[in-house]
Amino acid sequence: MTASTIGAEKIGADRDRAAEARPRAKKAAQSQKGNSLGWKIGVIGIVAYAMFPVLWILSLSLKSSADVGDGKLIPTAPSLDNYKDIFTSGEFVRPLINSIGISLITTVLAVVVAAFAAYAIARLDFPGKGLLLSGALAIAMFPPVSIIGPLFNIWRSTGLYDTWPGLILPYMTFALPLAIWTLAAFFREIPWDLEQAAQVDGATPFVAFRRVILPLAVPGIFTSAIIVFIFCWNDFLFAISLTSTSSARTVPAATAFFTASSNFINPTGQIAAAAIVVTVPIIIMVLIFQRRIVAGLTAGAVKG
Amino acid sequence: MAAITMRDITKRYADGTEAVSHVDLDIADGEFVILVGPSGCGKSTLLRMIVGLEDISDGEMRIGDDLVNDRAPKDRDLAMVFQNYALYPHLTVRENMAFPLRIAKVEEGEVTKRVEEAARVLELTENLDRKPANLSGGQRQRVAMGRAIVRDPKAFLFDEPLSNLDAKLRVQMRTEIARIQKKYGTTTVYVTHDQTEAMTLGDRVAVLRKGVIQQVDTPRNLYNDPANLFVAGFIGSPSMNLLPGTLRGDTLKLPFTELKLPEETMSRISGGGASERQLIVGVRPEHFEDAEMVSAEDRPKGAVFPSRISNIEWMGSELYAYLPYQAGTAIAGQLDALAADLDLEQMSGDESQLVARLDAASRVDENSEAQIWLDARRVHLFDPESGLALTRRQPKSAGSGNGAGSSQTGGAVPGGSTTGHTGGSTAI
Repeated sequence: MTASTIGAEKIGADRDRAAEARPRAKKAAQSQKGNSLGWKIGVIGIVAYAMFPVLWILSLSLKSSADVGDGKLIPTAPSLDNYKDIFTSGEFVRPLINSIGISLITTVLAVVVAAFAAYAIARLDFPGKGLLLSGALAIAMFPPVSIIGPLFNIWRSTGLYDTWPGLILPYMTFALPLAIWTLAAFFREIPWDLEQAAQVDGATPFVAFRRVILPLAVPGIFTSAIIVFIFCWNDFLFAISLTSTSSARTVPAATAFFTASSNFINPTGQIAAAAIVVTVPIIIMVLIFQRRIVAGLTAGAVKG
Repeated sequence: MAAITMRDITKRYADGTEAVSHVDLDIADGEFVILVGPSGCGKSTLLRMIVGLEDISDGEMRIGDDLVNDRAPKDRDLAMVFQNYALYPHLTVRENMAFPLRIAKVEEGEVTKRVEEAARVLELTENLDRKPANLSGGQRQRVAMGRAIVRDPKAFLFDEPLSNLDAKLRVQMRTEIARIQKKYGTTTVYVTHDQTEAMTLGDRVAVLRKGVIQQVDTPRNLYNDPANLFVAGFIGSPSMNLLPGTLRGDTLKLPFTELKLPEETMSRISGGGASERQLIVGVRPEHFEDAEMVSAEDRPKGAVFPSRISNIEWMGSELYAYLPYQAGTAIAGQLDALAADLDLEQMSGDESQLVARLDAASRVDENSEAQIWLDARRVHLFDPESGLALTRRQPKSAGSGNGAGSSQTGGAVPGGSTTGHTGGSTAI
């Protein structure tokens, strides 16, 4: 949503400049008006398209098992029973704890390690830098499904199967390249002069990093943290393949194993409720950090 | 505070190019020294070698009595003002200025005291709690200076600090920098490409070209007694007129007139003038004058020649007249090379013009003929091969305001090839 509005504003601003520059200002103003209306319709259309499935899931989660198949968007008898069910049965609560724990640990580890790696990549020229970066990218692009078989066997024989570290490790493998690429881009944007100024002011390279570079990279750190967190939170493949009990199974995998109160009823309502519950933290997180992500924190550092 | 001593300082890159070649420079304690030169002359590199942000390939760098070649910037106790200020954008003005003190673990009461004192000196007291993004260019510049002065470092280093400001603010900040340097009496090295800054601020000025120091001297000596063509062309605005000339005996033949050089000048020319000799002649614009404005007493000390005036710029207190003349091609190559170095337009060519600064009361008109007087006592003669000045007065010692400076110049290099050690000037 934000991306498209920013795009609209930017194009609007460009139009403004063009309108000033040219004598045909009136015509330009008219076309700008038409344009912004077009943009609005476009934005509404895209948002509706993206939101409809979410609304549908929300609607399903409020329906009783008898009404699930009625095809109506607005439930005839909305109830929170499905939510009560999933929170009272152990099938959901324990996986939710697993999800939160595993995702948070992976995020923190990945961002810390990636911050150091990305800083080195952005600032230092060392042999094999290009290889490292393209290697990281290749790993991020690697189809996880192709390693899942061997991983399953290795995990079973090393005792990592069905444990938290057993999921954190593969998540790190895929999250780190993402985080390194995002953070390296942010570090490159920070003027090198700031760091040199800090060094002349008496700071060791580490102090300069911690007190000058890191605070400025906060938007980048949040951005990569969110990307990594969402990646771990949403993962289904590793979660379903490398776990067998609720000791490490995360929510996306667990919902697949939902059972209803009777064998003859589909647990559609509960699954929908679980889907809504796991979506909420992501939405809240993005809303909280949106400002930090977008903020141009380096404004005023150097001239321009 | 401390003196800075450079011995044979060289910066060599992996591909063998030298950004700074064999620089010897002594900066006395408390002295204000300017490094000036066209872009790419190595002045910023030299400054960054002093502060430690650039490695030193060869030579010795001493601050006070300490050899600092292998010391990290943080251990050199120098303060630097960067071209783009490099303020920490996430910190307020107060925190920016306190940053070096906090790093040095100065006690908090002392930090507050020193920051407030610096803010008072720099007139930043009202802005102490603002972020750099909310400051004007001049204020940011002051914060950067504040960050330097709170520490009482061994030396201040400035890297083109005024180049991002508009013209008016630049003049204001220039006097500000001079005031603050005098107040604290701290050794200062200041890099600029702007010769006005160089001439007004420095106790001594080092002119660099292609990594080689051409001349180190007081602004006055640089202007009146340039060591070579490059310094002559670089210092002064409008720059010195450079034209071909032939010397036979004590008669100097210029494209538009002949000039009898006074004995005092002749005595300074090394090698004598027995045979005819091709030279490059330098005349500052102010050493021309409308012949009508010259007293009868002075007239014989120069030559009067008729010239067409192609253009006039009247500035109120003075007047610039442009005098076209046929230059010929005798020294075209050297002058073109110099022009390229100085980022000027072509000086040579068939049709060239002189710039003359005339008395504002002069009645010369555009597109008319006028009688112009040229002061024979003030012409500079340069060897066309090496570019060295032939008419130099003896290098004066103790030229600087602090009594520490001595004239240092690029060594004479016949034939114009670069030698290294004493900073030989290359052929122009």
